[in-house]
Amino acid sequence: MSILVDESTTFIVQGITGREAVNLTRECLDYGKGAKVVGGVTPGRLGREVHGVPVFDTVQQAVQDHGAPIDGSVVTVPPAFTKDAVFEAIENGIKLIVIVTERIPRRDVAEMVELAQLRGARIIGPNCLGIIVPDVIKMGGIGGPAKDAAKAYSPGPIGVISRSGGMTTEMSSTLTAAGLGQSTAVSIGGDAIIGSTYAELMPLFEADEQTQGIVIYTEPGGRMEAELARWVTENDSRLPIVAFMAGRFMDEMPGMSFGHAGTIVEGKEDTATEKIARLAEAGITVAEEISEIPEIMKSKLAERGSVVA
Amino acid sequence: MRKDGTFIGVEVDDAVAGDAALAAKLREVCPVDIYSDADGRVDIVEGNLDECVLCRLCLDASPAGTVKVLKLYDNEAVLA
Amino acid sequence: MRFFEYEAREIVKRAGIPVTDYGFTTDASEARSIAERIGGPTVIKSQVLTGGRMKAGGVKFADTPEEAEQHAADILQLEINGHQPRGVLVDPKAEVEQEFYAGVVWDGTRKRPVMIFSPVGGIDIEQVAEEQPDKVGRRHFSNILPFGDFEAKEVIASTGVTGSDLNKLVPIVTRLARLFVDNDMTLAEINPLGKLKDGSFVALDAHMDMENEARGRHKKLLKDLGVGDEETRQAREATEFELAGEAVDAASHRGVAGNVTEFDGDLGLVIGAGGGSLTLFDAVRKYGGRPANYCEIGGNPSVEKAKGLAKLVLSKPGVDKIAVMMSIVSNTRVDIVARGVIAACLELGFDPAEKIAIFRIPGAWEEEGFKILEKYGVEYADRSVSMHEAARRAVEKIQGGVTA
Repeated sequence: MSILVDESTTFIVQGITGREAVNLTRECLDYGKGAKVVGGVTPGRLGREVHGVPVFDTVQQAVQDHGAPIDGSVVTVPPAFTKDAVFEAIENGIKLIVIVTERIPRRDVAEMVELAQLRGARIIGPNCLGIIVPDVIKMGGIGGPAKDAAKAYSPGPIGVISRSGGMTTEMSSTLTAAGLGQSTAVSIGGDAIIGSTYAELMPLFEADEQTQGIVIYTEPGGRMEAELARWVTENDSRLPIVAFMAGRFMDEMPGMSFGHAGTIVEGKEDTATEKIARLAEAGITVAEEISEIPEIMKSKLAERGSVVA
Repeated sequence: MRKDGTFIGVEVDDAVAGDAALAAKLREVCPVDIYSDADGRVDIVEGNLDECVLCRLCLDASPAGTVKVLKLYDNEAVLA
Repeated sequence: MRFFEYEAREIVKRAGIPVTDYGFTTDASEARSIAERIGGPTVIKSQVLTGGRMKAGGVKFADTPEEAEQHAADILQLEINGHQPRGVLVDPKAEVEQEFYAGVVWDGTRKRPVMIFSPVGGIDIEQVAEEQPDKVGRRHFSNILPFGDFEAKEVIASTGVTGSDLNKLVPIVTRLARLFVDNDMTLAEINPLGKLKDGSFVALDAHMDMENEARGRHKKLLKDLGVGDEETRQAREATEFELAGEAVDAASHRGVAGNVTEFDGDLGLVIGAGGGSLTLFDAVRKYGGRPANYCEIGGNPSVEKAKGLAKLVLSKPGVDKIAVMMSIVSNTRVDIVARGVIAACLELGFDPAEKIAIFRIPGAWEEEGFKILEKYGVEYADRSVSMHEAARRAVEKIQGGVTA
């Protein structure tokens, strides 16, 4: 199986007529078993089509046209309009929202996340590339055009969670080359506040029979890794985890901003060194290089007696 | 008419270069502004040639064989 | 974006929180007239965006206007941690009975703002939290519901404060919470929050940090405070090289060449994107390389942008070679970046095969890209060569070692 999405998942693309959104729609339609993109929304563009997908003025129209609840939405509207678009999706019953947009102020993100919690919806992102279930479905730009995504991702036992969209593909490709396919890979976004953190996705992977191990990509900044370490310890997780930490050099330059918006060392607890120690205490191995990840994972899986597909 | 950048060259058959409609169409379809229409004639903007993204839109917009995109880095392989 | 104290105080004042009758100036004689107007002992405080100004001599007490002028003249000349002061703040020396603390920050784990309150102020709140944890109250509040007085009461009362102090503090704490939300702050702190001899409360110092992404919706406030769009207020001033990097980014609208940061090495880096750049920069250092710069190129840049960045890096004094590396790309195109970096070498009169230590960008349009690199004799690598291995090869090359 997979987490979050499967071949039956229906979704819309909000902001579908934008240049990047047009490409993203094409990619999702082409990949795996072909995503069920049931509509797109761009205010004022009712009646148009993007790669055969009907365009509506509102999410409400899209839901009415579909005649049943829609599972998800990929939001790719400019930062100033994102909060309203996400509220619109949530208030129209959509339960899974992937926010691609970058540079959204934290307050807006926090408001969206809180409304989602109230309505039982889940947000992935912002500033992320979405979700991919190898050979089945992708929701978002993750992995790029279908043929490129097919090169990097393959089905298998590893769940991938990454703060960097590009690195999700790099790590998955390394796993694929070593014969370790992925159950689901999720690009969670690099901002200071995001809809779904490592610890919040872990219960889903924990409950997914296909998943036997987890690989994460992490960076300095924030408390997300400490939270993951705590979750793993408190819940006695069955899943071995291997992490890769980028941006170690930033420990020497507090207050400077590199990489993603959330990647800024503000206190002693969010340095790379501190995080690596925290993860190690929880039994999470931090690989020195990405190329080491498959071997470390294989030996962890062997220790636990997991059968690698 | 042919013009070359460092990586990309474009050749437009002289027989169609004077076609005002084609000139306007090429200018419109090219996403990186390689074509301009000077007084209703097709013109090639040399400075933009290397921005060519090999999208073929100019080939689709013109009569077969009249516009050629050449990959100068690949023994002048013709995009067709 | 961090605010100077004089700006932060203005923001506090606009939110309806009492402040002292201070004045800001860049001129020593004007400091004297402010002190005259105040009419009593004053404190002269350097306006710099760095900590430790007390220790550095950036805060001085004056009994007379003449003394205030002298101190102001000294402080205006005093560089602190490499920062030249923006001006001085002349503040009445308040008769303080007790110092409190009130601040709001984001909690990324709970995804809510948290109000922090303490009856022990004037020192770092972290220190208070460590030494007297029962004196620090915390209360998370909703992003959707407006902050209520009851929430202020709860956090204040949780630290043992009651009586008229409690009632007087409630509106201040409530206004601080709303100020934080309304102005898209990432930090809003009043420390110390002074209780004066007459029992009233007044903000004696304030720290405010506004989220950069939200600056666009606070244009009026920023204009009123005199903060220009060009003022980024990073941890250090941008170098000429870094400004040139911004110009490269602005020159072509396609793609991003961001976060160009200068370092002191010989290996120039054309790397991307966010996570990939962090990984590759670490990798170069791990193998003993000395990067000349950091950057993040991505988002499907034009040839022009890739070329501009590569030229900038290649022209940096001390740069011997460049390494062009990325994680697997899906949106950015390998062939476009290859054209850009090769054109940069050619335009500067360099041999690309010599100047480009390695090109490791696998992904979209790699077949075309590799053909280009082949033609110019540039060493390239596909996804079977890890990012770390590529970095190692680049370092080896620049150090004159034998390549693998």
